[in-house]
Amino acid sequence: MNWPLEAFLSFLAAGAFGIIFNIPRKTLVSCGLVGMSGWLFYRSYYLMFDDPIQATFIGAFIVAIVAHILAKIFKMPMIIFSVAGIIPLVPGSRAYNAMRNIVENDYAEAVDFAVQALMISGAIAMGLVFAEVLMQLYFKYQARRTQKKMGFTQE
Amino acid sequence: MAEISEVRRELALDCFLLAGKVMMESGAETYRVEDTMIRMAVSQNMMDSHCFVTPAGIMFSPSNDLPTRFVRIHGRRTDLERVARVNAVSRRLVAGQLTLQQAYDEMTEIEKNHYLFPLWLQVLAAAVASACFLILMGGGWADIPFAFLIGGIGFYIVEMVLVKTRVKFFAEFIGAVAIGTLAVLVVYSGFGNDPDTIIIGSVMPLVPGLLITNAVRDMMAGHFVSGLSMGAEAFLTAFAIGAGIAIVLSF
Repeated sequence: MNWPLEAFLSFLAAGAFGIIFNIPRKTLVSCGLVGMSGWLFYRSYYLMFDDPIQATFIGAFIVAIVAHILAKIFKMPMIIFSVAGIIPLVPGSRAYNAMRNIVENDYAEAVDFAVQALMISGAIAMGLVFAEVLMQLYFKYQARRTQKKMGFTQE
Repeated sequence: MAEISEVRRELALDCFLLAGKVMMESGAETYRVEDTMIRMAVSQNMMDSHCFVTPAGIMFSPSNDLPTRFVRIHGRRTDLERVARVNAVSRRLVAGQLTLQQAYDEMTEIEKNHYLFPLWLQVLAAAVASACFLILMGGGWADIPFAFLIGGIGFYIVEMVLVKTRVKFFAEFIGAVAIGTLAVLVVYSGFGNDPDTIIIGSVMPLVPGLLITNAVRDMMAGHFVSGLSMGAEAFLTAFAIGAGIAIVLSF
């Protein structure tokens, strides 16, 4: 796999999706970075372990974590950063193959692809959920710590 | 609850509902809209306010003994810049950097304007994204110009049909049919190599990414009404695209 090329293409694709979703102009580059990191993690996991479902989970997880961090930095809603990053993980080719096999009356093959596409969609959702829960726990912990710190300084 | 005068209360209510309406119309998550409205209400001394947001309308009750207000949300159009702007205004209002009147003025300003990128730039972005996905999905370099063109044309057709008919699924169906036909024609006439990757790449700009993320996040926050309806919309969109491609492939 050609790393720099894939990094560049996924960066460009996520940035282009940012334009389609009309995200604020100054966040376009960071949006591209989110898409790039998600895709690179997805690809490297996929190449290492050859499991598209787990790889998609990792990709979505990374996208959501990076999007949360950027949302804190920019003080903007998190979806601005995550939408474009999610798109490359969408199981487009599997859904397409399922559709094609249905048309060709090859239902066994079609069900195989459709189930894979469904599982991958579920993996995207679970990746988002895990990242969200993790970030919420972390922010709560951090808030409690700052509160404690302020308590100390007031004494 | 500290009493606030009626004029001020009405202004505050107008301001919250406007903020919610603009956010919802521009593609924010339901729970974020509720959160924003409640935060703004608390900053204006409305401690026991309630808010219920669905993709079709917003209900807001300032307190138990005051009348509830309702706004209907009509069309939705993805415009995340507006979401970010309303969010910034509400943050400044909550932080006390803006008065209520100033915040309301800024909200009306945001509501009147669209911050959309020009259509040609969006079409270009769709074309670039299609070309990128063609390579990422394992297509050959020789097919790049076709994915670029077909992706751009497909996105443009969807936008045009959407403007004319206002039916989202129909627009996506027509767009998918056009993409499929063009891709098959290009390969049939001997220019393109692989119709599958061209179609997959070109269809990507139509994928309902925002709906999927919003549905998941709303479901997590416990907003099942909007989560399910957005999920259904995402599913129907995907189905419309799939049906469009299937029709072409069946010939």
